[in-house]
Amino acid sequence: MIEVESLTKQFGSKRAVDNLSFTVKKGEVLGFLGPNGAGKSTTMRMITGFIPPTSGDAKVCGISIIDDPTAAKTRIGYLPESAPLYNDMTVTGFLRFCAEVRGIRGSARNEAVEKAIETCFLTGVAKQSIDTLSKGYRHRTCLAQSLLHDPDVLILDEPTDGLDPNQKHEVRQLIKRLGEKKAILFSTHILEEVEAACTRAVIVDRGRIVADGTPAQLLEQSGTGSLTDLFRRLTTRDTEAAA
Amino acid sequence: MTSATIYKRELSSYFSQPTAYAIMVIFLALSMGLTFSFGNFMRVGDASLEWTFFFWHPWIYMLLAPAVGMKLWADEQRTGTIELLGTFPLSTWSAIIGKFLAAATVWLAALLLTFPIVATVNYLGDPDNGAIFSGYIGSFLVCCTFLAITMLVSACTRDQVVCLIVSVAICVTMVLCGYDDFTRELGKAASPTIVEAVTSIGVWEHFRSLNRGLFRLQDFVWFGSFIVVCLLGTSAILSAKRA
Ligand SMILES: Nc1ncnc2c1ncn2[C@@H]1O[C@H](COP(=O)(O)OP(=O)(O)OP(=O)(O)O)[C@@H](O)[C@H]1O
Ligand SMILES: [Mg+2]
Repeated sequence: MIEVESLTKQFGSKRAVDNLSFTVKKGEVLGFLGPNGAGKSTTMRMITGFIPPTSGDAKVCGISIIDDPTAAKTRIGYLPESAPLYNDMTVTGFLRFCAEVRGIRGSARNEAVEKAIETCFLTGVAKQSIDTLSKGYRHRTCLAQSLLHDPDVLILDEPTDGLDPNQKHEVRQLIKRLGEKKAILFSTHILEEVEAACTRAVIVDRGRIVADGTPAQLLEQSGTGSLTDLFRRLTTRDTEAAA
Repeated sequence: MTSATIYKRELSSYFSQPTAYAIMVIFLALSMGLTFSFGNFMRVGDASLEWTFFFWHPWIYMLLAPAVGMKLWADEQRTGTIELLGTFPLSTWSAIIGKFLAAATVWLAALLLTFPIVATVNYLGDPDNGAIFSGYIGSFLVCCTFLAITMLVSACTRDQVVCLIVSVAICVTMVLCGYDDFTRELGKAASPTIVEAVTSIGVWEHFRSLNRGLFRLQDFVWFGSFIVVCLLGTSAILSAKRA
C-alpha cells in the first residue's frame, strides 16, 4: 500500500535520501532503522507530502502523493518526529480539530475522538491543556491524532520516543495489532522493537538501503545473532565519517 | 469547509488567550482617547468623524495589527505544527484564508466596539451616517491590508519578534508615505514623479476618500489587490520553504 519509487531528496549539496525504493504491503509493519541523519525523517516527510521530493515518487494506496496530494493524504496517518501540538488547546479540543480538518464531523467526530483517546490511554488527561502535558503524554496525543480517521497507511516517526517502559510495550502491541489490517512504516532507534513489532525491517545509511529482510533474516545475516552487531557493521559511524 | 475549521481554531486561540482582549482594550483606549483629546471631538463639528476619529486609525493599526498577525505562521513554524497542517488533506490556500479571516475578525470585533462614538455623535448632532459607515469600511480595509502584510512576513520567519519588528516597519512606511506633512517635505527635496510614486504606496489617499463617503472602485481595487498579492506571496513562501 506504500510504494516508494526511487525517492531522492537533495538539500543543497547534501543528498539526504538517495534513490530509495521499497514497498510496504497491507498487513506489514516495516521497521525503518538507521543512524542519526540517515534520512529516515526526510523519507517520511516526502511520503506524507510535507516536502516535495527532488525526484522519484511515492504512492499511497495507488495514489501518487505528487499528482494528487489531497487524496493521498486522506489515507495517511502521520506522527511527526517532534510530535508537534497546538499548545493553546486541550487534548480533546485538539483531537476534535484534527478530526474536523479530516472531514469527520458531528457524532462521528466525537466517537472517533473517544476511541483515539482510549486507544492511546489519554482518558486521564483528556480535559487537560496541552501545554501542561508531560513529554510522553504529548507524544501519545500526537499519536492519537494519527489514528483518528482509521487510515489505511500509518507513518510513525519514532512512536516510542519519550515513553515509559509500560507505554513502550503498549504502543508496540498497538502497532502490531493495527498492522494486521494496515500498512505501517515506523522508524526507531530501539533495535528490540524490530523483533517485538515488525514483520520486516530495512536499515538505511546515508540515504541508501543497506539491509532489508524479516527480523529472522537480519539476525541470520548478522552472523552473531545480534541486530546491534549488524547495525554497527553496516552503517557508517560518525567517528569514521569524520576521519 | 476546511477553511472554516482552521478559522474556528485560530479564532478560539485568540480568545482563549489574552491576545484578543489586550488588543481590543488598547485599541479602544487609544482610539477613544485620541478622539477626545487631540481630536477635539467635543468642539469641532465633524459630521463624518473623519478628522476626529478615523484619522487616528492608521497610526494605531501600524503598531497593533502586526501584533495580532505575527503568530499566524511564525508560531506554526516554531512549534512544528506546520508539519501537521502540511500533511492534513487541505490546501495551503484554505489554511491561509482561515487564518487571515480569524485575525480580521478580531479587528472587526474591536472596531464594532467603538459604536459609542457613533451613538454620541448621533445624540449630540446630525452626522453624515453614510460617510461614517464608509469610514468604518475604509478603516477595516487598512487594517486588513496591514494584517496581510504581517501574514506575509510571518511566513518568512519562525520568530514572532522578528516578524513584529519587520511588519511594523513596513506598515509605518506605508502610513508615512502618503501622509501630507511627509509628502510636503519630500516635495521640496525630490521630483514630482518620485513624490507621486511614494504617495501611491501610502494608505492615505484611499483611506481618505472612503472617509469622505466616496465609494470609489479604485480604492477597493487597491486594497483588494494589495491583500490578495500578500496572501499569494504567503502561499508562495510557504511552499518554497518546504522544498
Ligand atoms: N530542511 C533541511 N535542510 C537541509 N538539510 C536537511 C533538512 N532536513 C534534513 N536535512 C539533512 O538531511 C539529513 C537527513 O535528516 P533526517 O532528519 O531525515 O535524519 P534521520 O534519519 O531522521 O535522523 P534521526 O535518527 O536523527 O532522526 C541530515 O543530514 C539533515 O541534516
Ligand atoms: Mg528522524
